[in-house]
Amino acid sequence: MDKSNSEQKAVETEVPEAPAGLPAWRRALRPMLVPALAVFTGLVIGAIVIAITDATVVAAYRNFLSAPGTALSATWHSIATAYGALFQGSIGSPSEVYQGIQAYVASGDSTPLVKALWPITESLVTATPYILAGLGVALGFRCGLFNIGVEGQFFIGALCSAWVGYTFTDLPWFIHLPLAVLAGAVGGAFWGAIPGYLKAVTGAHEVVNTIMMNWIAFRLSDWLLNGPMKATGYRPITPQIESTAALPRIFPPPLRFHVGFFLALAVAALVYWLLFKTTVGFEIRAVGANPDAARYAGVNITWNFVLAMVLSGALAGLAGATQVLGTDHWVGQGFSAGYGFDAIALALLGKSHPLGVVIAGVLFGTLRSGATRMQSMAGIPIDIISIIQALVIIFVAAPAIIRWVYRIRMPRAEEIVLTRGWGS
Amino acid sequence: MTTTTAQIARPVSMSRSRWMGILFLAIGLAIFLLFGRALEPGLQAKFGLNPGYASQAIHIPDLVLPVQSTIYVLALLILFLGGWQLARGFRSSDAVLGVVALFFVVAFLTWAARGKSFNLVGMLGSSLVRATPIALAALCGVMSERCGVVNIAIEGIMLSSALAAVVAGTVTHNLYIGLLVAMLTGGLLAAVHAVLSISLKVDQIVSGTAINIFAAGATSFIAARFLEKNIDKLNNSGTFPILPIPLLSKIPLLGPILFENGLIVYLTLILAVLIHFMLFYTPWGLHTRAVGEHPRAADTLGINVYLVRYVNVILGGMVAGVGGAYFTIGSVGRFDEIMTAGKGFIGLAAMIFGKWNPFGAFASSLIFGFADSLQIKLQILRVPIPSEFLLMAPYVVTMIVLAGVVGRAIPPAADGQPYEKQ
Repeated sequence: MDKSNSEQKAVETEVPEAPAGLPAWRRALRPMLVPALAVFTGLVIGAIVIAITDATVVAAYRNFLSAPGTALSATWHSIATAYGALFQGSIGSPSEVYQGIQAYVASGDSTPLVKALWPITESLVTATPYILAGLGVALGFRCGLFNIGVEGQFFIGALCSAWVGYTFTDLPWFIHLPLAVLAGAVGGAFWGAIPGYLKAVTGAHEVVNTIMMNWIAFRLSDWLLNGPMKATGYRPITPQIESTAALPRIFPPPLRFHVGFFLALAVAALVYWLLFKTTVGFEIRAVGANPDAARYAGVNITWNFVLAMVLSGALAGLAGATQVLGTDHWVGQGFSAGYGFDAIALALLGKSHPLGVVIAGVLFGTLRSGATRMQSMAGIPIDIISIIQALVIIFVAAPAIIRWVYRIRMPRAEEIVLTRGWGS
Repeated sequence: MTTTTAQIARPVSMSRSRWMGILFLAIGLAIFLLFGRALEPGLQAKFGLNPGYASQAIHIPDLVLPVQSTIYVLALLILFLGGWQLARGFRSSDAVLGVVALFFVVAFLTWAARGKSFNLVGMLGSSLVRATPIALAALCGVMSERCGVVNIAIEGIMLSSALAAVVAGTVTHNLYIGLLVAMLTGGLLAAVHAVLSISLKVDQIVSGTAINIFAAGATSFIAARFLEKNIDKLNNSGTFPILPIPLLSKIPLLGPILFENGLIVYLTLILAVLIHFMLFYTPWGLHTRAVGEHPRAADTLGINVYLVRYVNVILGGMVAGVGGAYFTIGSVGRFDEIMTAGKGFIGLAAMIFGKWNPFGAFASSLIFGFADSLQIKLQILRVPIPSEFLLMAPYVVTMIVLAGVVGRAIPPAADGQPYEKQ
């Protein structure tokens, strides 16, 4: 215990001090500068993509020399419609909320209020699996493992939760709900343990294996949803879960905001505690920082690889559990809107730190939820979000681009080694 | 507590060879128990040795095997090999493992085709065709990893060039232009990976993942925004025709498998030879391998490390671009979202299994192609296994292969490490 404490101090002193003389708030915000600019730049490029793929904008630019005003206003209109819909779909309008509250107080009619609260609560509903899945990827990164299999672990976790949720019919909620949540975590952990074990024992790289596990999970869920877990009817979906297994919702229906969001925040705090305040977490980070040094110090590399993948998979499975127990109440094909893949982007954006992941998760939940509205209102395919996310990953991973674009001078920050080649 | 991954990955040879023997015995017994039971003695399995379509090949009689005795003989042979392995040990147990796996597959096919007929030539032919994109992905991987750049962006590169090929081919009504545009797209995305990972020293796996996510998003975005409404104008290119090679295609068995294919399959065979020649018989190849093993030493000798890496990664991207073109203008003639379905990653597994050698990578792609075409044939034969499980076969095979060889296959020493000039 004594030894690990002193090592912990040694690691902490390596973190470069922010330049002295800056006010405290600027020093605190400094690590957020590059991620914030990365998101901003991603949105700007997304706007450009939206404009140049819009036929009316392109047509307006054909006459740019004779009527430049038309071209510019068409561009502005195209982008404003899209991002306006994005904003309305994700945050909603404050004045509507105010009017909704007034109407509710005056007449007891909650319809306008519910309508006004729908966008922001949906954003938080979408943020819930994002935070948990992002924590999963981040925990893997801390151990030097790149878990691309979060999508598959999410599916398996959701299926396990759904199964517990609809199979047991007469359990009290205080047993049924924890059991269903636990089943999701265990399912995800199992799915993550396989590539972790293979990595530890045979050296097979987790990137390829987790992707293979994703495809196996998709095929397995196809089979389960068309066979053993299929509800009566022709659609390939599971039966509805029992109400005793559902995560309680905070507001009356149709608002879907549920306690899963607070569960996610609690789990984030737990992950922070585990990673930075316990010996287990210290060993995981030591393996991630330098496996050779960790091995020399007597850390069991094999065990930590497996443990990190199990925990990472459990977090991904929890994400699936909240989605099925809180939001959807059943599992169908295409159940995940790519949460597992987006989680990679947000773990990088959050610098693999639980707090960063929470912030990034809420941001991505907002974007994704607004993009659904953007698709229906402005006809912009929701895949634009993936493009923006890929750009954000690139900008966060290559801060040199951001520094060059915005002419920021910055000391070279300590860079976490995320992954290694095939052999290690 | 002090066991290391290296030690675990390379188990002591004694115990490994013993495990191998036990594995062989288990496989032999499994054949008895799974396939050998409850067979009527007179049952036969017919293997077609002629392609199912009108072909130029000389017709030869089909192979008819008695099911029960074939399975028993194969099982006994495997048991004998297992016993020999335990008692005396083979010098190269990997080769024997290959033989055992082959026997197992033959026994399985005989069991699956019992009382029916099964077109063997057709299946081997489709194995080659299905191995094509995997082989091209693997060749792309070989080119960039031999010079020390891990490229997991292959999946995204193939997806993008699949889209580029079909759009260019449909618009110009010329599939060759489609192929060219696919190669350029592949080269362009690989160049992005090169800038990020070589110049900006971004973690190569992160860079590759970003490109994969970008490609998935961008192709789906374009498909949803443009292709769905204009299928005939943008997304209906037709495919390369089958080009039988004169004379060679007349050879029985080999002719229909190897010499009655589309352009991209031939191109793959040529590229495998070409890349092998380039890597091992030219000064450029020597430079490439030197940079992949020890960039500092190569730099000292006056080799431009960055140039070698850039050129190899971009050329590799063009090879993967051909692989992408296979998905659309090489096989179905239109683009579907996420149609590569992990083939790029399976290609990486083939590269590792092939020990970073062009020929090895090609040969192991054939195994994955075989697994892929086997699952389709088995669905046709109505084997009592749900089709979803058969669809898992290529992915499961990939994991088994990786688990079996990695740790013993040695990657280029500088693989995945950015080079910083001093």
